[in-house]
Amino acid sequence: MGARTWLGEWPIFRQATGPDPLGRGAAVQSPRTQALGPRTADADEVVKSVCPYCAVGCGQNIYVRDGRVTQIEGDPDSPVSRGRLCPKGSASTSLVTSPTRVTTVRYRRPYATEWEDLDLDTAVDMIADRVIDARRRGWQDTDDDGRVLRRTLGFSSLGGATLDNEENYLIKKLFMALGAIQVENQARI
Amino acid sequence: MTNVFDRAGGKVWDAFSGTTPSLSGPLPDPSTDAGWSGDHPKRVGFFTDTSVCIGCKACEVACKEWNLVPDDGTDASDLYRLTGMSYDNTGDLGASSWRHVAFIEDVRPHGTATPAHGGQQTGFLPAGLPAVHGGGNGHTPRDAATAPPDGGTVDLLALLPDSGAHGQQTPDDERDVRWLMSSDVCKHCTHAGCLDVCPTGALFRTEFGTVVVQDDICNGCGYCVPSCPYGVIDVRESDGGAHKCTLCYDRLGEGLEPACAKACPTNSIQFGDLDELQAAADARLAELHGRGVQEARLYGRDPDDGVGGDGAFFLLLDEPEVYGLPPDPIVTTRDLPEMWRNAALTAVGLGAAVVAAFWKGGRR
Amino acid sequence: MAEAHPVGFQWVMEAKRRGATVIHVDPRFTRTSAVADLHVPFRAGADIAFLGGLIHYVLDNELDFREYVTTFTNAAEIVGEDFADADATGIFSGYDPETGRYDPISWQMEGGGYEAPAAGMRDHWEPELREHHAAHASDTAGGAGEQAHAPADPPRDDTLQHPRCVYQVLKRHYARYTPEAVASVCGMSTEQFLEVARAITRNSGRDRTTAWVYSVGWTHHTVGAQYIRAAAILQTLLGNMGRPGGGILALRGHASIQGSTDIPTLYDLLPGYIPMPNAHLHEDLRSFLDADAAKTGFWGHMDAYLVSLLKAWWGDAATPENDFAFGYLPRLTGNHGTYGIVRDQIDKKTFGYFLVGENPAIGHANGKMQRLGLANLEWLVVRDMQMIESASFWKDGPEIETGELRTEDIGTEVFFLPCANHTEKSGTFTNTQRLLQWRREAVHPPGDARSELHFYFHLGKRIREKLAGSTDERDRPLLDLTWDYPTFGVHAEPDPESVLAEINGFDADGDHLSSYTQMKADGSTSAGCWIYTGVFKDGVNQADRRTPGSEQDWVAAEWGWAWPANRRTLYNRASADADGRPWSERKAYVWWDAEQGSWTGHDVPDFEATKPPSYRPPEGAHAEDALSGTDAFIMQADGKAWLYAPTGLADGPMPTHYEPVESPVANLLHDQQDNPAREDIDRAWNRLNPAMSETYPYVFLTYRLTEHHTAGGMSRFLGYLSELQPEFFCEVSPALARERGLEHLGWATLISARTAIEARVVVTERMKPLRIGDHVVHQIGLPYHWGSNGLSQGDPANDLLGVVMDPNVHIQESKVATCDIQPGRRPRGPALLEFVESYRRKAGVEPGGIT
Repeated sequence: MGARTWLGEWPIFRQATGPDPLGRGAAVQSPRTQALGPRTADADEVVKSVCPYCAVGCGQNIYVRDGRVTQIEGDPDSPVSRGRLCPKGSASTSLVTSPTRVTTVRYRRPYATEWEDLDLDTAVDMIADRVIDARRRGWQDTDDDGRVLRRTLGFSSLGGATLDNEENYLIKKLFMALGAIQVENQARI
Repeated sequence: MTNVFDRAGGKVWDAFSGTTPSLSGPLPDPSTDAGWSGDHPKRVGFFTDTSVCIGCKACEVACKEWNLVPDDGTDASDLYRLTGMSYDNTGDLGASSWRHVAFIEDVRPHGTATPAHGGQQTGFLPAGLPAVHGGGNGHTPRDAATAPPDGGTVDLLALLPDSGAHGQQTPDDERDVRWLMSSDVCKHCTHAGCLDVCPTGALFRTEFGTVVVQDDICNGCGYCVPSCPYGVIDVRESDGGAHKCTLCYDRLGEGLEPACAKACPTNSIQFGDLDELQAAADARLAELHGRGVQEARLYGRDPDDGVGGDGAFFLLLDEPEVYGLPPDPIVTTRDLPEMWRNAALTAVGLGAAVVAAFWKGGRR
Repeated sequence: MAEAHPVGFQWVMEAKRRGATVIHVDPRFTRTSAVADLHVPFRAGADIAFLGGLIHYVLDNELDFREYVTTFTNAAEIVGEDFADADATGIFSGYDPETGRYDPISWQMEGGGYEAPAAGMRDHWEPELREHHAAHASDTAGGAGEQAHAPADPPRDDTLQHPRCVYQVLKRHYARYTPEAVASVCGMSTEQFLEVARAITRNSGRDRTTAWVYSVGWTHHTVGAQYIRAAAILQTLLGNMGRPGGGILALRGHASIQGSTDIPTLYDLLPGYIPMPNAHLHEDLRSFLDADAAKTGFWGHMDAYLVSLLKAWWGDAATPENDFAFGYLPRLTGNHGTYGIVRDQIDKKTFGYFLVGENPAIGHANGKMQRLGLANLEWLVVRDMQMIESASFWKDGPEIETGELRTEDIGTEVFFLPCANHTEKSGTFTNTQRLLQWRREAVHPPGDARSELHFYFHLGKRIREKLAGSTDERDRPLLDLTWDYPTFGVHAEPDPESVLAEINGFDADGDHLSSYTQMKADGSTSAGCWIYTGVFKDGVNQADRRTPGSEQDWVAAEWGWAWPANRRTLYNRASADADGRPWSERKAYVWWDAEQGSWTGHDVPDFEATKPPSYRPPEGAHAEDALSGTDAFIMQADGKAWLYAPTGLADGPMPTHYEPVESPVANLLHDQQDNPAREDIDRAWNRLNPAMSETYPYVFLTYRLTEHHTAGGMSRFLGYLSELQPEFFCEVSPALARERGLEHLGWATLISARTAIEARVVVTERMKPLRIGDHVVHQIGLPYHWGSNGLSQGDPANDLLGVVMDPNVHIQESKVATCDIQPGRRPRGPALLEFVESYRRKAGVEPGGIT
């Protein structure tokens, strides 16, 4: 940076020599301010999405940089929402980047007073064993009158209203194959 | 730029630079006044139409998400507490609240209801405002205490007559309630006291005519805080800097609208070129008046007001005081040019005397 | 609507700006009321009285849209002689006081068989009742087997004068619902009621339509299904169904709660509203279809829908010889709804539980019941983003504080598995308008977080591996299951588009189906959810279509995909008259183009494209062929909108006002106080407040705030939302505050027969006491978002609720109950239990407890 350039950027110089003698505008704009731009401008990609809160189904644009969500805003293209979001939808960036979000498996042994860590693969394996065991113990071939039941009451599931259709489909399909009829979600509530 | 200094009456700076900066009175183009070249963008602003505000506070959240403004858990000493001011738990504008939705529960005797503020007069519905009301017919005048100047809490219990026991006529039946909501924001004044007193140049007038704090320059001196006639700007404890709405200065350059306006579900917050917003606001006001909503009024729209008009102005359904807005804001530096001119004249006089003295001396 | 669906509310505000009148009928004055033209306050739980009053007003003044009514409804049909109306007693014919159930056989139309309603007759699992119905159907229809269920056309009186025609039956039923009577029940003035009645009737007809919008304020009642029925009757009488600007719009509260009903994670449904089979002797596919499928209308193809589903699930193992593996499906024997499941958990009859994106310890009625269920499990899997109360109940639940439970005594093994959020996986949500919208994955989930798709796919794989080689017959459905989705990425994420494609279905050549009308019952087609068929039309993910709204007309048919067949308004044939002409130019939507010989318009016609209005079915026609060119309600067996429902409802053919179970007042319209067919759970942890109790004198209602989301898992943990509504509070009127000595911002304790909770007091004029007869009813508002975890904390409002249920859908009455309220904080520890018990003693309620 040459002396002349340096001088030219010095607010007092600009104030004294330019059209902003009181130093209230152009003369005092700092280089940082001058360089300001929206952080969405340098997103690697803008991904089309849908708000995860209520069932209005507002369109969202997810701005991603370096594999992280940097901003979530309403999608103006959506004929449902026209780019608008409510306070919850507007808090989506906080939702997906929440510092209190739990991102590792937590495990509580029976009668324990604290959580422990557990490997994800081990956890899934343990759950598979428990499903098989509970299914067996809760199995009913027929009722007292000999009517075919072919089902288990050994375990149940609650949830689905916040999930994707494809996910609900797999849950229902798997539970039906297991003979597990006790599948419920918020739609009953 | 003619007739713009009638009230302040000062062109004392002409001699200094040949331009005509101002500190009060109407000023169509504050950006040029602040030294931006003639091809700068048009002045932009907010028109907040409170008659369609549903108080959802999306503006508050969208603002904070975009600008990374801390929440109460970061900066407030009393974490996550109700304020008691209806559904308003933000309280007021401040360093960490750049949008603030005020909720006013306006209580009036039943039967004194004013017309609905947004709907069409249907002919078969009475022109009653949306209100809870029972079958009573109270005749007490509207209680001033229900509309405190600060727009804050109301001691509802104090309003009650001594009745209301179980199974009796309840006084609540006799009153209507109107729930006013309004999203407040920095007004981006035509004459911004905060900017005019800022000694560091941290506060500046942008090419869009908005008023913005530059975080890298602000030293937290706080001169701006008392200079704002609206009580908007404040210094944040955690970082010591002054903060307020930037009208999303970083977004404007890319042609994006401010985060709050973009989120607003009912388009209560409208962003755009100020002249167009003013025209839209005038039309909306005429529409509401045409529907019999006589109490509708614009606030901050008038370039002849004490701040030269606001870059962020409002359509209100009651007196500004009801919303916690000053009825007649005046830029705190309005009299500064007068003072400085007097000072300058004094200085010139003094200087002349000195020169005269030298001159006389030289003649010796 | 402004409170819980603010962005959807923009359209209401836009309509208002264009001249629409917005009326808000709600016990509370909310953010919606604030911008409505008229707010009508009324008493929670009085909606059927209100809607019944409107029906009365319409019928009494003959303000119905007569041409619409005679064309599209069953108004002219004659009800059988055996039917006896509820009248003053409030009980219809067919009620058995011992079982608390109705036998609907006496409700049938004259000369008609026992007719299946729209989506199957929902089967009656009691064999006696079932056989009874079959016999009756045989008798009256004079046939057997299949013919037994082909509805004979009941006699009609198109003048609507026959004393037993539906129109007159309806008129008599609602005769007692006069403006004065219902205003008194609701706690509003007669003039307020009439304002609404005049507004909606003037705004309905050829040239105008009125829409009703509701949420769980209508469903969370022991008569919830009948609330919706009442609205349906009103809207049908006024000609507001199937037309633009009309309808009854359910605003649903979760991103894909509609989808989770369509592809049901619900015990009583298979995908596409096919009922789950119940246990019957010798049940096979044929007998199931005979019992459950209407023979006429589009449910006449239930065999094709069901066989295609079975083929999607069991592929080559589903053959004509084995009934397409119909026998693989488990069977129901009654109510296996969520509250029954929790009861069984407490009784240790069921051992394991998956909680996926749901927080019942906070979000469900009777929180203690929920947590007792969790504490009596052997194992619990919680999949969520934050540490919700349903995962940590063993550590910090309210029962730990009271000493009812000890952490060291709770044997529940808990697996908390972090889940992926909406930006971390691709898939579809189905919104409240039945619109499927595809989301694209933006980033990878962090750490151990995985999608549900990943979890369930790999869990299924693991279980299948562990059981591979099993010869046990019960493992066949699992081992024969089609479970081989392609995966991608380091975590072997299943491809969600392949799942959506399976849901859409394939034809015999392996090509994507484009419509459910292509489905066959011979096993040559497969589809996981028939109503979603078309979402992968032409091999294109139609749910991912994103033509900007600004580049489309107002129907916006090219954004996402709406089931069925991308129709945006259901039953839109009714937007045209009998001859297929629009009712008016202003309300033109779908109409018959005689020149082209097809239906056309702004939307996809919800009618066979080339069936002319003049079509009349030949004798013995099947499925849609049996519906005439004016039978707009194509899912109904008779193609008609039912003003009177001879089947399909467990608590009467016409909605009747019953008081909530916990009501402060007597039923002013009928002798019967509350729904005689409701479902109870009579246990120590579910005590009910007596009706008209002096001990629990106040009504409370629960609701959401704009700033929070349901049980708080997605809002209480976020600073920007928590600061906006930072504490649990109750809203009370100044009069109630005065009556109980409550101070604004002070503490209050609220007490029911279940427990006591504390909340900050918000005294507001927006809450109004109501006069019901000579009684003043105070209502208390309770937002229900809080719990012990998160940034903003408080007692759970739902802990105050007991569980009593609607008999049709087994949904709890959580929008109205009673309590007491006292100033100050609640007792802590065991003292709380004694405090609540003392109230129960005073009220004459049996002792509470945890077993």
